[in-house]
Amino acid sequence: MTPAPLSRREFLKAGALVISFMMPGTVGGTLGRASATTAGKPPLTPDELDSWIAVLPDGRVTAFFGKMDMGQGVDVAIAQIVADELDVAFDRVVVVMGDSAVTCNQGGASGSTGVQRGGATLRYAAAEARRILLERAAERLSVEMAQLTVRDGVVSVAGDPRRRASYGELINGQHFHHKLEWNKQYGNPLLAKGLAIPKTASEYRIVGTSIPQRIVADKVFGALPYVTDVKVDGMLHARVVRPPTAGCAPVTVDESSIGGIPGARVIREKELVAVVAEREWDAVRAAATLKVTWAQPCTPFPPMETLYDHIRQAKPIGGGLPVNKGDVDATLKTAHRVIEAEYEWPLQSHASMGPACAVADVRADQATLWTGSQKPHYGRNGVAKLVGLPPEKVRAVWVPGPGSYGRNDAGDAALDAALLSKLAGRPVRVQYMRHEGTGWDPKGPAAVYRARAGLDAQGTVVAYDFLGKGFSRQDVATTESDPKDTLAGQLTGYAPKPTVIFQVPAEAYDFANKRCGWECIAPLLDRGSPLRTGHLRDPLGPETHFASESFIDEVAYTAGVDPVAFRLKYVSDPRHVAVITAAAEKAGWTARPYPNPRRGKGNVMTGRGVSYTERNGTIVAVVAEVEVDRRSGRVWAKRFTVAHDCGLIINPKGLELTIEGNVVQAVSRTLFEEVAFDRNRVLSVDWASYPILEIQDAPERIDIVLINRPDVAPSGAGEPSTRTVPAAIANAIFDATGVRLRRVPITPERVRAALARA
Amino acid sequence: MSERIRLVVDGKPCELTAEPAMPLLYALRADLALNNPKFGCGLAQCGACTVHVDGRPTRSCVTPVGAVKGKKITTLAGLGTPERPHPLQTAYIGEQVPQCGYCLSGWVMTAAALLRDTPKPSDKQIRQALAGLKCRCGTHMAILRAVKRAAGANA
Ligand code: FES
Ligand code: FES
Repeated sequence: MTPAPLSRREFLKAGALVISFMMPGTVGGTLGRASATTAGKPPLTPDELDSWIAVLPDGRVTAFFGKMDMGQGVDVAIAQIVADELDVAFDRVVVVMGDSAVTCNQGGASGSTGVQRGGATLRYAAAEARRILLERAAERLSVEMAQLTVRDGVVSVAGDPRRRASYGELINGQHFHHKLEWNKQYGNPLLAKGLAIPKTASEYRIVGTSIPQRIVADKVFGALPYVTDVKVDGMLHARVVRPPTAGCAPVTVDESSIGGIPGARVIREKELVAVVAEREWDAVRAAATLKVTWAQPCTPFPPMETLYDHIRQAKPIGGGLPVNKGDVDATLKTAHRVIEAEYEWPLQSHASMGPACAVADVRADQATLWTGSQKPHYGRNGVAKLVGLPPEKVRAVWVPGPGSYGRNDAGDAALDAALLSKLAGRPVRVQYMRHEGTGWDPKGPAAVYRARAGLDAQGTVVAYDFLGKGFSRQDVATTESDPKDTLAGQLTGYAPKPTVIFQVPAEAYDFANKRCGWECIAPLLDRGSPLRTGHLRDPLGPETHFASESFIDEVAYTAGVDPVAFRLKYVSDPRHVAVITAAAEKAGWTARPYPNPRRGKGNVMTGRGVSYTERNGTIVAVVAEVEVDRRSGRVWAKRFTVAHDCGLIINPKGLELTIEGNVVQAVSRTLFEEVAFDRNRVLSVDWASYPILEIQDAPERIDIVLINRPDVAPSGAGEPSTRTVPAAIANAIFDATGVRLRRVPITPERVRAALARA
Repeated sequence: MSERIRLVVDGKPCELTAEPAMPLLYALRADLALNNPKFGCGLAQCGACTVHVDGRPTRSCVTPVGAVKGKKITTLAGLGTPERPHPLQTAYIGEQVPQCGYCLSGWVMTAAALLRDTPKPSDKQIRQALAGLKCRCGTHMAILRAVKRAAGANA
């Protein structure tokens, strides 16, 4: 008899038990349901097969995944891979992720590597588990392994199907106790392998099919617990009180000002001020009511309208020249024609759908953290350091959060909750308010780009020079594994140490002389800054490729070459050529003069633009079609055609939905988003002061061409199309209007001003 | 001062003690342990907290609980169930709409009212009715498909 698969709901109910009863060091709840037995399980190290795969007596399989799904269905893709490698039905596989007690640190959600890196080890582990089970079956059935076949977890002798043994019988309630070869790394680079050779793509049956996300129904019926819904016995509600101006410390805190609010009290540690109360609404009111006097404001920020000049003029604190081919300077001097342009990209906020939330229960000898952060293993390390416990005494449990696109405010909430729990001596739930979610999250860096190109008399590019300059993408690290990278740490004495890191365009243009470099400038405020920068979806990707792909269009225009043909002229890698060609064909692109000679005579002008980029092995080309309203300046990015090659495709429908989300969010960042500030305050603190795309601005159509490469290992899809969109829009606006917009966001005011100047 | 307040939530009579000025959202989430309306902004700017009050989509984050005494509140979980799903919920599953899903209450509860009043909305009517709602994950294309699919199922 086939056992019913553990449904997501049952699974989540089991998860709820974990929340209520489980303490670190014990393993029950979810695992009690999902794995055979926890007694005798080897320690959780990446070189143990049991750390990755459990086969239950009834034949169900648990895959322990050390990365996270942020809503795009990475867990489904992992289950597909595991099911195929093990030869079990998809429904038998449950993926457990994001609990530091039962999953190895594979780096959390990070750089679109869920399948690319995270999936690799699960694939090897599942293949190895199958190999071992077949070995046992061969012994039991007294045949050679080569004579065995597997169907949905039942091994049988080829040609004699009555001689059979199920995985459940073969594992017999035990663990594998089998070592893998591990590369001794944690995080994204972690790789562990057994002796088994995984299947080839042609042997896959489940990989490559559009299996829906199981979790979607729970979301749609309002049944999925989020991190905001975690409740722990004895829990206090906390709200943090942020300074009214950046960088100023609290001087006096008047606790009597919240005396009238039941149970509300102040918790203060150095420069961190918070209130706690038994009821959430009382904590909210107390935070709004509490009287604090703050030190004299400083003015760490330049006037907002001078931000780009500040970047241009600031002394670089680091830089690099990763591409330097031929002699760019000499060639530019002798070039027939030189084109030059500058592009500007603002600070942007994650502005996750809900401000971050975390619950922490810190005791004298152990701690538990419930976090929506996309990197819970690192949250465990950060909490351990902040509260003074060894990491193995801290358990971090990931619970879905209100959206995450990088290092958002979730990491800060986690360490705030831990510190406040330690100080209060009780479990503490922190949820930020909207002004913190938008005003105090780590920001996507602002940058200025200068590009130059030299053409010869025939219009061929002979020299290309591209320099990006801006804030590092890591004023705070990609994770909260060290308190110095969190507000709680920075306000209680941990000095930040920003990493200087930037990027150059990723494309395959073969110009005879080519130079791409970068320079970083210092953060505007050294500590507790609401404008500290961090990873925001495709860190620096939209910035850099807005500039580089807008510029390529400008060069094509000057050379008098169709922008698709121009790109193809300089790209020879067949995968890159195929992607550009596929987007153009699907969009019905034919060469014609541009700007669009038939852009429309009325108030609405129409145009099209192309853009192409690469990101860690994934190649994307986008054709955008826009409408620009001459009077209002409104741009409607009406239609997109995306061609996408990320190697072997695991789940086509999931991939399409992921690409759509990338495109829409990138439209938002290109047309609407800019963090406003004055000399010492962030002024973008809610949806009114930090507008994002609304549904009337959503495209009419997004057509997607998926290019499947079964022979190429899968690369990421969570970010690559994000970087391709901004320039496609800007190039389409140029086609529609003959006017080049070089500063993001491309707001109606800026479009009107540019049209008026033209 | 706190008061006893009665509500009917998802068809069940409920009672709680709260200050009438407290937003309904906190009553639903904290006092009645209903998790599906979400705190997104507390400012009526995003829709994550949307419930129906006597059938009208209402932002519970700015609605004082004292103002809805005795009224019928419907949350996403009360709109339909896995056994008896609302057509929008069926369409949302069919289209695999949500990513993080934190925004769902706003979109689904608002669209449910639209489809009740305008069973066959045009693309423009849908976009107008859903104006002001936020989805940070950018699932708007799937949302539009799902609302149209549900409208088709209305036929
Ligand atoms: S939480 Fe109510 S509208 Fe945003
Ligand atoms: S699905 Fe994440 S905000 Fe809408």
